Amino acid sequence: MQALKHILVALATVAMMGSAFSAADQKAGASDAALLRSTADHSKFKELQRPFQSGPEVTKACLTCHTEAARQIHQTQHWKWEYVNPGTGQTLGKRHVINNFCTSVSSNYKACASCHIGYGLDDKNFDFASQENVDCLVCHDATGKYKKPSGFSGHPVTKDTEFPPGSGKIVRGIDLQAIAQKVGKTRRETCGTCHFYGGGGDAVKHGDLDSSLDRPDKALDVHMDAEGNNFTCATCHKTEGHQVPGSRYAPTAMDKGGAHIRGKADSTNPATCQACHGQAPHSMAKLNDHTDKVACQTCHIPAFARGDMPTKMSWDWSTAGKRDAKGKPLVVTNDDGHVTYNGIKGDFVLEENVRPEYMWFNGSVKYTLMGDDIDKSRQPIAINTFEGGPDDGKSMIWPVKLFRGKQPFDPVHRTLVVTHLAGEDDTAYWKNMDWEKAIAAGMAAVGKPFSGKVDFVETVAMWPITHMVAPKEKALACNECHARGGRLDKVEGIYIPGRGGNRLVDTLGWLASAAILAGVLVHGLIRFVNRKH
Amino acid sequence: MGRVYIFTRFERLWHWIQAVLIIGMLLTGFEIHGSYHLLGFEQAHRVHTMTVWAFIGLWVFAMFWHLTTGEWRQYIPTMKNIDKIVRFYAVGIFKGEPHPFRPTRERKHNPMQAQTYLGVTVVVTPLIWLSGLAYLFYNELGAAGFRVDLGTIATVHTVGAFLMLAFLIGHIYLGTTGHTPLAHFRAMFTGWDDDH
Repeated sequence: MQALKHILVALATVAMMGSAFSAADQKAGASDAALLRSTADHSKFKELQRPFQSGPEVTKACLTCHTEAARQIHQTQHWKWEYVNPGTGQTLGKRHVINNFCTSVSSNYKACASCHIGYGLDDKNFDFASQENVDCLVCHDATGKYKKPSGFSGHPVTKDTEFPPGSGKIVRGIDLQAIAQKVGKTRRETCGTCHFYGGGGDAVKHGDLDSSLDRPDKALDVHMDAEGNNFTCATCHKTEGHQVPGSRYAPTAMDKGGAHIRGKADSTNPATCQACHGQAPHSMAKLNDHTDKVACQTCHIPAFARGDMPTKMSWDWSTAGKRDAKGKPLVVTNDDGHVTYNGIKGDFVLEENVRPEYMWFNGSVKYTLMGDDIDKSRQPIAINTFEGGPDDGKSMIWPVKLFRGKQPFDPVHRTLVVTHLAGEDDTAYWKNMDWEKAIAAGMAAVGKPFSGKVDFVETVAMWPITHMVAPKEKALACNECHARGGRLDKVEGIYIPGRGGNRLVDTLGWLASAAILAGVLVHGLIRFVNRKH
Repeated sequence: MGRVYIFTRFERLWHWIQAVLIIGMLLTGFEIHGSYHLLGFEQAHRVHTMTVWAFIGLWVFAMFWHLTTGEWRQYIPTMKNIDKIVRFYAVGIFKGEPHPFRPTRERKHNPMQAQTYLGVTVVVTPLIWLSGLAYLFYNELGAAGFRVDLGTIATVHTVGAFLMLAFLIGHIYLGTTGHTPLAHFRAMFTGWDDDH
């Protein structure tokens, strides 16, 4: 007994010493948290210990060590802004599609290229083989100070510059040396620099991506929750060799694979829900029965634009052109200070906490491209169409943001048009508010004919909703869909209990039940009337 | 005239538990079907699917009881004297005539009653149960290669439910046709049929 006591005391002592040592280790590590994250301190690199006058200078320095990085970037959609959809054969990507926001990057590169991961993309003659024009910093900036202002073809500004020239407005120069010495992994904010501001401003385009995701709480995004899971974009969009998986041109609408695990060659898109959660993520079996037809997003993203930032739901270009008393483009804001009308852009409808539309989607997206015939009598014209249906075995029910627009088109050639919007020249619509000039310039930029006539056509674009995943307590309750007039009311080709059954059976069933009830009541009434006592 | 002990304790227990389960399943079932809102879909679905297992458990006991006691013979159909029964409910009952059938321990149900119960047992119940289990295990069926349209399964299940509802209405009403309106109900509680 005494011996046992000694052993216990000895063990306890060892254990205490052990914990004291590990505490000391942690202290040493905590003094330089960065040490645990990276083997390289970029501020110690000679190549970065000098002032940089331009972005390409920084890139050249990066490439001295990261020798293959630019060539990796060259393979990506982020760089090419071009994507040939193998399913539909359509040539897509930013350089080719026409949308119903600012319609097209063509002829507007100087402005739009501020979201290109390159320097100097200002027209179609850009050298896509250039290594030094790859922009490393826009994704790897860890300071939050790196900026690519609109109007500089994707270049950062290193010296205070008046822009637009003669306007008296000064774009402050940034210190590329300080930024280059602090590069790191991508963060929500770096991806968000562009992806949160698509469509020309915060929250405008996607509805499920805006700057509220810089530091979201759990209610906004259960994975990115800054105080919790704290995912970055790349946690799901698990990037290898700079190839970021996930695409809006060819999304993975259905993932029948299991959760990705180490040691297994997983070739499927790692950004799907299933890539982590597998096919049967719910503890309640009946919920797992939904995963064959219903995209996770449908229940787990009850609404988009939940981060106190309204997203644009529609944009009517046809009302653009109004000026205020001073002759400046008229600007109207709503009570929250958000612009609902701008003379150079037209009318907007903004919404927060938007309930998505729901539709079958098999991952194939068909675009209406330049040159495709536009029949105004069949408006709204689909900017893009999500294909799929209940019976193709490849489709799931997806939540979608429908973005409605009314945009210029050429009624003679019956095509959508490129509008030259941004620029300091006489033809830019945002400068002169003259559609004919703006479209003539836009169409000239892409080498397409323009009749000189301008008309407006209603259009509608589809955006899959897949971010802003709510905590499970906030997921849709059953009766949101299992009800008449519920969320999936318009989704055809599937039997949804509670949404309405076989009409004939229901009618006959209730009639028969009522008839029997009436029969027995009459029978009983006669008995009652004829009772003996 | 006198008291006959017709329904044993197990039978009465079985009957009333089953009554509660069937009414509960009808109420929740038609809510799941979307006919009205009472508990909410989720709750209705939970109650409905849990009740199923209670029901199946109860039936295991009931079948065992029927087989071991030989009581299943009560449901052997016969046309003998059925015309008298029909005539009683159509005419005689209004004139205060006595019921032509006297239940005994050996033959508890009149011929019409026995046929109805047999019909409910061999037609309506399997219809509901098979379609219901197919409904519940729809995905497993599909995975096993039995691709059946869920709408079809649901329609069959609904038809079964309406048949059960029709039976229930008639059954409850006929329960009031004893020598007093509550006599049959009392018998179903006490086991004693004190016909007179």
